[in-house]
Parts: sequence; C-alpha cells; structure tokens
Amino acid sequence: MDTRRKAVALISGGLDSMLAARLILDQGIHVEGINFYTGFCVEGHTHAIRRKDRDRPKRNNALWVAEKLGIKLHIIDVIEEYKDIVINPRHGYGANLNPCLDCKGFMVRKAREWMEENGFDFIITGEVIGQRPMSQRRDTMPVVARESGAGGLLLRPLSARLLPPTLPEEKGWVDRTRLLDLSGRTRKPQMALAERYGLHDYAQPAGGCCFLTNAQYSAKLADLWQARGRRDYELDDIMLLKVGRHLRPRPHFKLIIGREEGENNYLQGYRSQFTALRTVSHPGPLALLDGEAGPEDVELAARVVARYSQGRTAPRVEVEVTDPDGAHRILRVPPLPAAEIPQEWHI
Amino acid sequence: MGTRHTLDARRQLCPLPVIRTQNKIRSLEKGDILEVVCTDPGALHDIPAWCRINGHKVVSTTTRGDEILITLEVGGE
Repeated sequence: MDTRRKAVALISGGLDSMLAARLILDQGIHVEGINFYTGFCVEGHTHAIRRKDRDRPKRNNALWVAEKLGIKLHIIDVIEEYKDIVINPRHGYGANLNPCLDCKGFMVRKAREWMEENGFDFIITGEVIGQRPMSQRRDTMPVVARESGAGGLLLRPLSARLLPPTLPEEKGWVDRTRLLDLSGRTRKPQMALAERYGLHDYAQPAGGCCFLTNAQYSAKLADLWQARGRRDYELDDIMLLKVGRHLRPRPHFKLIIGREEGENNYLQGYRSQFTALRTVSHPGPLALLDGEAGPEDVELAARVVARYSQGRTAPRVEVEVTDPDGAHRILRVPPLPAAEIPQEWHI
Repeated sequence: MGTRHTLDARRQLCPLPVIRTQNKIRSLEKGDILEVVCTDPGALHDIPAWCRINGHKVVSTTTRGDEILITLEVGGE
C-alpha cells in the first residue's frame, strides 16, 4: 500500500503550475493533476475551427505537462457552475470581463472538493506573489485560501517561503526549505528552473489561457448580454464569440460572418438554430443571423454578407437565406459599400 | 474481449471529447473497448495523450473525411 502523502495540483498547462508540481514530486509526494474546463479556455478551439491552423501541431498543454511530469490528469467540466463566477463575480472584473480572483477561488474550491472526495491531503498551485495584478497579490492570495475553504491545505510551492507556513509544511509532509521564494512578474527564475529540470517546449505565456482577458472577446460578451437584456450564456454562445467577424447593424440582431472555410464549416453546424445567409452567385462566407429580424433587416443582412463575398463590386449578388426550419429563399441584393458599414457595427 | 461501447463526440471541440471519454470510461470495465467518434482533429493528439497518462490503450485511430474514429481499450489499476 502506498503510504505517501497525496497532493492534487492545479495544472493550467503553463510553466508555473508545472514547476510547482515538480517541486512537490521531488519531495516524494504522490501528485495528480486537475484541470478545469470553463468554456473560455483559449486552448485548441481556434486551431480546431480555423482551416489555416489545422495543419499546425496541436496539443493540450495540461495533458502535455502531466505526461512530462508522469502524473495523472483529471479534466473537469465546470461550464455550468462557472457561469455564476463570470456573471456575478464578488470581487469584480479585471481590465476586461475577467473575474480572476473569483475564478481562482472557485478553482481552488473545486480542487478542495475533489481532494476530499478522493482522499488526497493537500492542494498545490503555481501561484507566485505579484505575478498577476488581481489574483496573485500578497493581499489577495489569503482571500483565495479562505474563500475556497482550503485554508492551510493550500500550498504555493513557488512562493511558499514568502508566505506563512501551511499545514503540509507544519506537519512535516513537505520540507519548507526545499520550496521557493519567487515573487514578481519576472519569468526568469521559472525559466532557469525549467532549464535545470530539462523542461523545454513549455507553453507561454503564463496566464494567457482565458478568452475573458481578451478585450475584443469581452466586448462581444458584453454586447451579447446587452442585446439580450440579461447577463447569461450557454456554451454555444461563448463558442460562437470565438468564431468569425461579428457585426451588429441593428440593436435587435447581429451577424456572425465566417472569415474562411474552417469557420464557415463550423458555423454550418448551427444552421438549425439561426437564420443562415450564404452568397450563391459568388464565392463568399456563411453568416448566421442572431436576433429578431424583419424583411428589411434580412435584406440589410444579405447586403452586408454580399459585401464580404467575392461579388463585393458586382451590381447584385444572390444570397440564399435559410431559416432554422430549412425554408429558404434567394435575395438579389446590391452589396453594401464599405463606406456604409460604420465601424460601430463591428463588435 | 470486453464489451464494445461507442461515444459520439462529433462537433465538440477539445478538450470536450477528452472529458467525455474520461467520464465514459469511469463506467466501463477493464478490457472494454470504446470507440470515440470526433470531428476536432485535436482529439487525435489529446485522447491518445490522455490514455497514455491514465493507463488506457489506443487500439487504432482512423480518419474518414472530417470524422475521426479512435478505438480504445480500457486499462485499469
């Protein structure tokens, strides 16, 4: 029987959490990784959707880290529970719609629950004091420990010697003197440590794995909430925010226009949920119409879509409009001149 | 030879096919065969990586047009 102490490590796929887990493995602790899928993870999606990225080598960085470390990885779907974090963050947002402090507290809480269910002893994260402006500050790190319920069972190996001793250190499960005292935004110590461990080809940059930190993405999410008159979303909504160009010609509808073949194919899968527009007289994009649109709105939408087709300079372009129930019709419309598409329409 | 099972993960983007595979395997027995059908090419890398980490065996991977079929044999401790 394995009598070693067991730690669950939050594995983001970045370097810091990898090094934190490695430091604890080096102390003879049994470590397993946990990774949370919120729906906002950058990883993989755009590669999977966009045709031009399809030939690039793909990997899930959390899986890559786990394999490099020789540990198991449990990927947990938290899409539903995470909505409350995005919609009602107690600690507010960062520069965009990123609820980083609430998010970290949520993930550590989920890790604590997993730890308790699976008979593990403590939790480790790759947090570094001062690394992130919101969730990794000396004054907010105790908030994460407290609000997650993890308390003294949350160990941050990379900054541990700058923080009060945790239970794993006090009980002697972990040797505090072999933990680190990193702080600040510099990545050099981590990169040096990675070099010492022979770890190359790790994902960079740390923390850049969430769409909510992206200003353009956040603007699209804010627009979605405003247009619907409520702050809510489904997984399909937030996936579609990652695809295509989004234009809102009128407050009550917007267009999602594929930018290349891969995106058109992806949007194709949503034709049963939205009115779809596609140019048929000229090669062009597939577009989805999200919202309520009358005949004049549909004609305007067709003119916008024609503008993004190869018939943009033609006097008229044929656009097929297909309703979610499959009923379709052809509109022959003059493409909208670029000058008549105001910048404000672009979300 | 274990029982054969199938999992439809078409139109799901990674890591969802991996998560669905992981969750499905929890209810299977060692030696069972699971066929996962996906459309995200990322699954071709991620599902085998997840299997290597967690002690399951990839029997075969086949691509048919835009669909990918990954056949696994459930391992165990």
